[in-house]
Amino acid sequence: MIAIIDYNAGNISSVQNALKRLGYESIITRDKEQILSADKVILPGVGEASTAMSYLKEYELDAFIKELKQPFLGICLGMQLMCNSSEEGTVDCLGIFNSDVKLFPPKEKVPHIGWNSLSELKGDLFNSMNAPKDVYFVHSFYAELCEETSANCDYIFPFSAALQKDNFYATQFHPEKSAGVGEQILKNFLVL
Amino acid sequence: MLKKRIIPCLDIMDGRTVKGINFVGIRDAGDPIELAKKYVEQGADELVFLDITATIEKRATLIELVKRIAQEINIPFTVGGGINSLENAARLIKAGADKVSVNSSAINNPQLIKDIADKFGSQCMVVAIDTKLIEDEWMVFMHGGRTITPLKTIEWVQEVERLGAGEILLTSMNNDGTKSGFALNITSKVSDSINIPVIASGGAGLKKHFVDLFKNTTISAGLAASIFHYGEIPIPELKQYLLEQNIPIRL
Repeated sequence: MIAIIDYNAGNISSVQNALKRLGYESIITRDKEQILSADKVILPGVGEASTAMSYLKEYELDAFIKELKQPFLGICLGMQLMCNSSEEGTVDCLGIFNSDVKLFPPKEKVPHIGWNSLSELKGDLFNSMNAPKDVYFVHSFYAELCEETSANCDYIFPFSAALQKDNFYATQFHPEKSAGVGEQILKNFLVL
Repeated sequence: MLKKRIIPCLDIMDGRTVKGINFVGIRDAGDPIELAKKYVEQGADELVFLDITATIEKRATLIELVKRIAQEINIPFTVGGGINSLENAARLIKAGADKVSVNSSAINNPQLIKDIADKFGSQCMVVAIDTKLIEDEWMVFMHGGRTITPLKTIEWVQEVERLGAGEILLTSMNNDGTKSGFALNITSKVSDSINIPVIASGGAGLKKHFVDLFKNTTISAGLAASIFHYGEIPIPELKQYLLEQNIPIRL
């Protein structure tokens, strides 16, 4: 069973729908027992960082998440919350990844919306993917490149499109909305 | 590099698509899901569903349809048409819409843009604007283009950006249905006057029109309906052509 963490973030059902299309059942939950016993855990999210962090704290999931041992995937805001801090609402985040989340400067259109290519692919999420692939992004804040960056994307400058450390995986893009390429990335996570 | 987006628009009435009955290769062209899936296969970058259902009673069918779309489609989609309250938008987003678009109701109540953006984020707040050239001034129209407003287009887009819109869908009424090309002048001016992405709509008739739209402009996406529905320009052929013209496109 796959647990999708319910912390009032938007459009969680799209992740559940994507898993279902791939033949995986999932539950949307904030129950710690259910999360602990899940094979995989996903932290999805569309929303505002400081509000989302306060919900994780309110549900006492902040320290709890960091202790999880099974494969864990953060998506979009979920990924940003796994970094050190975010400029969105100026908030300390979970600190799993040694990267800070900052607002794109207005040198190009912000939000960064649409299909953009991944490069410098590393690690399990991108198994069997070699050629540069386009995936769907929608965000105004980005995670700086760091040692844990497992894929780059270039918009105004290079930033972390994906991160990986131990059992923790994360993508800034939305694999659940990235057509066949996104499905491959989700599958790669689901078979870990 | 960020790619320019090609977005087919599907008109929905009472839960059925009302154009596209000549679409080649699908069994039930009235079924929005089947048409949408076809577009996804062809490489559409996003989809827009515009609900033109006249009666409020039948709008419940839209929620059910949005749930089905969200279950079956693996690219982002926007739902618009008749959204006039935060509750209304919330129901569609909860059903799985990635974005909602508002038009007349945002003109009547600009606070609605802010309310939706605050609650669900700017990324899901698309403001659709119908514009028409009236004596040297591009004016905003409402009620599906039937009613002129006192709003000047450039001033209105700047206002909706300030209120928290994440994207603008700009339709030139002068060009819509003409197949003579997009309204490059006003669309470029709009895009250059704000820092959020602009989707151009109205006038697409040839592949070349998309090159004109994307070459040397900051416009992010092109939307069209009939040329895709009736198979006049298949999306794969359009995308291949754009790529050959050095437009960044996802294949």
